[in-house]
Amino acid sequence: MISFNLLVFVSIAYVVFLFAVAFAAERRAAMGKTAWLRSSAIYTLSLSIYCTAWTFYGAVGYAARSGLEFLTIYLGPTLVMIGWWWLVRKLVRIGRTQRLTSIADLISSRFGKSTFLGVLVTVLAIVGTTPYIALQLQSVTQSIAVFAASSGEVWEAGDLNGAAMWVAAGLAVFTVLFGTRNLDAHERHHGIVLAIAVEAVVKLFALIAVGVFVVWGVAGGIGPTMDLIDASAQSQWAPQPSRWIGLIFVSAAAFLCLPRMFQVLVVENSDERTVSTASWAFPTYLLLMSLFVVPIAVVGLDLMPAGANPDLFVVTLPLSEGREGLAILSFLGGFSSATSMVIVATLALATMVSNHIVVPSWLNARTPGAVVSGDVRDVVVMSRRISIGVILALGYIYFRLSGGGGALAAIGLVSFTGVTQVLPAMIGGVFWRGANRWGAGAAISIGFAVWAWTQFLPSFGVDAVISQAVFDQGPFGINWLRPYALFGIEGIDPFVHAVFWSMLLNTGALIVVSILTFPNPLERLQGAQFVNVYDYSSGARTWSQSAAQAEDLLVMAQRILGGAEAQSIFQAEARSQGKDGFLPDVTPDFISRLERELSGSVGAATAHAMMAQLTEGAMVSVDDLIAVADETAQIMEYSSQLEAKSAEQDRTARALREANEKLTALSIQKDAFLSQISHELRTPMTSIRSFSDILRDGEIEDEARKKFAGIIHDETNRLTRLLDDLLDLGVLESGQVQLNIGEGTLAEVLDRAIMASGVAPDDLVISRRAVNEGVPLTTDLERLAQVFINLISNAAKYCMADDPELRIIVRQINGQTVVDFCDNGAGVPKESQSMIFEKFSRLEDAGKAGGAGLGLSICRQIMTALGGDVTYLPGQGGAGFRVTIPAAVALAAQ
Amino acid sequence: MGQRVLLIEDEPNIIEAISYILSKDGWTVHTHSDGETAMDKVLQGVPDLIILDVMLPGRSGYDILRDLRADGVTASVPVMMLTARGQAKDRDMAERLGATHFMTKPFSNADILDCVRTLATS
Repeated sequence: MISFNLLVFVSIAYVVFLFAVAFAAERRAAMGKTAWLRSSAIYTLSLSIYCTAWTFYGAVGYAARSGLEFLTIYLGPTLVMIGWWWLVRKLVRIGRTQRLTSIADLISSRFGKSTFLGVLVTVLAIVGTTPYIALQLQSVTQSIAVFAASSGEVWEAGDLNGAAMWVAAGLAVFTVLFGTRNLDAHERHHGIVLAIAVEAVVKLFALIAVGVFVVWGVAGGIGPTMDLIDASAQSQWAPQPSRWIGLIFVSAAAFLCLPRMFQVLVVENSDERTVSTASWAFPTYLLLMSLFVVPIAVVGLDLMPAGANPDLFVVTLPLSEGREGLAILSFLGGFSSATSMVIVATLALATMVSNHIVVPSWLNARTPGAVVSGDVRDVVVMSRRISIGVILALGYIYFRLSGGGGALAAIGLVSFTGVTQVLPAMIGGVFWRGANRWGAGAAISIGFAVWAWTQFLPSFGVDAVISQAVFDQGPFGINWLRPYALFGIEGIDPFVHAVFWSMLLNTGALIVVSILTFPNPLERLQGAQFVNVYDYSSGARTWSQSAAQAEDLLVMAQRILGGAEAQSIFQAEARSQGKDGFLPDVTPDFISRLERELSGSVGAATAHAMMAQLTEGAMVSVDDLIAVADETAQIMEYSSQLEAKSAEQDRTARALREANEKLTALSIQKDAFLSQISHELRTPMTSIRSFSDILRDGEIEDEARKKFAGIIHDETNRLTRLLDDLLDLGVLESGQVQLNIGEGTLAEVLDRAIMASGVAPDDLVISRRAVNEGVPLTTDLERLAQVFINLISNAAKYCMADDPELRIIVRQINGQTVVDFCDNGAGVPKESQSMIFEKFSRLEDAGKAGGAGLGLSICRQIMTALGGDVTYLPGQGGAGFRVTIPAAVALAAQ
Repeated sequence: MGQRVLLIEDEPNIIEAISYILSKDGWTVHTHSDGETAMDKVLQGVPDLIILDVMLPGRSGYDILRDLRADGVTASVPVMMLTARGQAKDRDMAERLGATHFMTKPFSNADILDCVRTLATS
């Protein structure tokens, strides 16, 4: 008995191993070591995603039900690879030169970059692939259920659903991780490709191991097996030619048209030469895959109990024989088949949804000229991730709705026929220049409709979507529209019927509509590029001598570069070709040069796209559009950076200018200051010198001598005071003043100041109101007193009233203590009020003052240092000064 | 003797010093300490020599000098400028405006005497 947990463990270990493989491949690719990742072996093995769980499990079931018919599924791709490998090579070449990203891109690009066709093919692919993804989920859950049953557990539908959901979620994570890691213009994913190559080996090995075990371990060798086959009912079934032809055709077409096959066949291919190797190696792989299908089916039918699902013989046979290791290997083979298909299919579909639906709508939604913000790549990557999730969710939902019923092979065939509807447009596009988008659109639409009506919708079962009545009488009683008998032709196998009518009408529409309508010129040129890809791609990088008219180019260049510049470029070129005028011959050289000129103005991608339009008729691809938008965003960003820089430079320049003005002003101030200092120092020195000369020269009365000595003494004091003030001011202005914070009341400070000012009551009456002066202070009391002394002295000096009086008023304003000093003199003239706190500003008629005009300047510096202020208080009758002591200082002591 | 010198200066101690020196030397010294009214004072009785301070209340010595030179009555009166600033540009200014002599404070008594004597006799 296999523990179910062991199975889960093995599965998880296997998945981790795949992650590691993919991660390692990405690492190597990132280091540039891609040579072996591009090898023929990897390419061939990656093609094996054709063999899904449908092939792994379903082929045996198919053989059990229909005999050798299962071979057609292998024969189709084999014919394509052997007989039509040059078609594959052509597709690969076109894919590379046109940078195709998906089958939808191929169709849309070929037919003039038609958005409609891109969307149509994308929708068709999603509709056709969703059941197929559901099928893979179903096969994995069924095989898990087999193990669960063998270990005695009974699984309810809910358990199956849960398992399917976990598988789907895990696959989504894997695909997002390795499918949207980076956005490569070529859409190559080395990690995923290597992982599916590994899975290809695992599934082949598993199937052969089971086959060998069945033939030699169970049946007893080749001879007995052949006997068993001869005796089986299957060997008696004669092939139905119409079904065989239809199946081979459909599987061959699906091999080319399935989104996941196009992904590995064309998009992931990076070297055309690998195609020729794959042309024999891949059929060999298919041959090995099919080798043991019939023996397993026949032995299974022989040994397993009646009613056992032949789709699961690959697992149930080894289990019933007790070969649990082999059964697990077989399970891993089926698991590999399912996961590799889902991963690549999801990735391919997500690319299509993103490139053909999301990004074009996003680009359209943007108003032209709007600032492109953010990175376009973010939008692309995000849309792909979301698409991956949505597509897997769709697969899961389909799995739930379909109830996990129905034979695997039947679902697979429905899918195959669906995607085959793209084939006529693709083949027509690649080989017939006359095919145009009207034709392609009509072909795919009609094919899609016929397929949906005759095969897809009926596949849900009678009465599920289409009622029995419609099957019998046709919709609305229109007899010739019966799903299984179009145009009244009955008796054809439903599959063949669907393929026949859808292909006939599809191809017919392509041919007839293409002939009846006209392609636009660009589409015609694009068609030529596809059909004659080898001619066009030989010299890949240069511009071909082309349809471009010199005049068209001039018109465009003028629009971008401006008339004068464009004309001079064209004229210079014409002259160098020995021609007069403005229209030179359009040589590849000239086109390249012009493109470079244009790139300077509009960016390389835009320039290339514009030149391409005119010279080769290539339409702008989505990649180009993305590149354009990207580039525009970068240019925008760059220019906004430039703007920011230049704004910054403006700011710097302004700052420098201001600094310079400040320096100039400071320099002027310094000159004025020095000049003032000079004056203030020289004036007392003049007196001192003069009187000392007089005293020295003798012959002088005692009275005069005493007087002159007194003058010298006074003038010396004046000099000393001046120097003291200058030094004090210097300290205060430098901000390095040492404050000596102490506590006291305002009254104490005022008392001390009045005392120190030495003002006699005869000279100046000082009136106070002791009531308000009890304010406690925490500040430098000495400095505050110095301010008060200055103000009191000034009043004494300058107040010229007959009865000089100074009122000292203390108030609380807005929580601050203010002390006003108001005298009854003439006051300070209005025009001088703003000047008095400047250094050396002295009212002119104050000759007797004897100060240098530094006092108020010092007061202001002190008050600033203390966090307060001293201002002139106009409108007080005389001179008024207000000292504001900051709230914090006053409050701190309370 | 008895030549008249007009001293226009606002510093009381300097007025006192210069008056003392010149009086002792035999000059008749008149003083005036206001810039605004200096011109009127000059025209009341044109002196033989004017000693003019630059920094005066009301009007600068340079402005007074310009008026003196512009007025026909006083245009030829020798003017000695006194300044406490003494920078080169002050000297240039004084000479350009037509000062006869320029002297920087502080000065020696001998210098000012020499200068007054020279200017008065020329």
